[in-house]
Amino acid sequence: MKKQYKAAALISGGLDSMLAARVIQDQGIYVEGLNFFTGFCVEGHTHAIRKKDRNKPKRNNALWVAEQLGVKLHFVDVVEEYKDILFNPKHGYGANLNPCLDCKIFMVEKALEWIKENDFDFIITGEVIGQRPKSQRKDTMPVVARESGAGDLLLRPLCARNLPPTRPELEGWVDRQALFDFSGRTRKPQMALARRFGFEDYAQPAGGCCFLTDAQYSDKLADLWQSRGQKQYELDDIMLLKVGRHLRPGPEFKVIISREEGEGNFLQGYRDRFVSLKTTSHAGPLALIDGEAGEAGLELAARLVARYSQGRDAERVELEIREKDGSTRTLSVAPLQPHEIPKEWRL
Amino acid sequence: MTRVTVDARRLLCPMPVIRVQNKVRELEPGAIVEAICTDPGALNDIPAWCRINGHKVLETRSEDGEHIIVLEVGSK
Repeated sequence: MKKQYKAAALISGGLDSMLAARVIQDQGIYVEGLNFFTGFCVEGHTHAIRKKDRNKPKRNNALWVAEQLGVKLHFVDVVEEYKDILFNPKHGYGANLNPCLDCKIFMVEKALEWIKENDFDFIITGEVIGQRPKSQRKDTMPVVARESGAGDLLLRPLCARNLPPTRPELEGWVDRQALFDFSGRTRKPQMALARRFGFEDYAQPAGGCCFLTDAQYSDKLADLWQSRGQKQYELDDIMLLKVGRHLRPGPEFKVIISREEGEGNFLQGYRDRFVSLKTTSHAGPLALIDGEAGEAGLELAARLVARYSQGRDAERVELEIREKDGSTRTLSVAPLQPHEIPKEWRL
Repeated sequence: MTRVTVDARRLLCPMPVIRVQNKVRELEPGAIVEAICTDPGALNDIPAWCRINGHKVLETRSEDGEHIIVLEVGSK
């Protein structure tokens, strides 16, 4: 009886990985999906937090893709392991703090571990030569295969015919002629293939959902590391970087100020970990103090928070200061004026 | 019958799904898992994960800002 070969597909939720998996399914290969959670794929998080986004349809694109393909999907939590990749990328960062090449090597390495543990035969990805400037180039494709340890068990169905044959092709597990030779940044071949498969609804391709490619997010992460004197973070830290205005009046502390009700509700969940401020005389935001502000810093932070409240033009605004242990006191301050908030404070 | 609760409150998707997935791995078919979440995205994500992985959603409900998904572990 002919062996049923099995492939693990890296499923990001975008179009390319969806197509790659489908191409291989069409060759009679049994496919299951893997999705790696680094903590930085957080688009769904901000939708969940912000009130104005509450009515947007919420779906996890990787789950949605798996359902369209009819394959199982396994989430792999790599939050802790990913820190090493982000802190010390062997191949460096991209335009921001995105270690794309090291990230891809790491994920393929994890996929290799997974196929060995689960008795699968090879790995597929939706990579296309030239699609991404850092990690998907003709010269970096072999680097991913080599440094991940996957070698010729890593097949990229969308551009396979531009690359040396892999073991699944050489051994006849898949037909190389039925694979593709896509290259470059154009999306037209992928869109044509999507039409052929009848995929009309798919997540917007290219760019991905990784916040590390975002300049402002990367700046805030760099500031976090600098303020702590070391490259370190916890999952809550990187979630908070996506929420609210972040202003740093001094090296010892920064102020995270909610921009709307949903963010305020989200920040409330952190009041046992941070000193928090809330205007009481006027409607206004909830703010957290990250760091040690001291009494003078706390008053400055209160004046800053008052500036973002409905009392911004009032002579005095009252705020409740809540310590981490739940004890509270009231502070009355004059809101800062716009010219008193240097742009350097804004992260 | 085994019945366990997964507390995924304050976690944002896909973390509730990951917590449920990891708990389900430890359980035998027929076990019941009740996931308590605050991210409304879990109302879509956990049932979707169940559908594609062969588990059965028995109930979903929302009360006092919490979203509860009850599922029965299927064969693995």
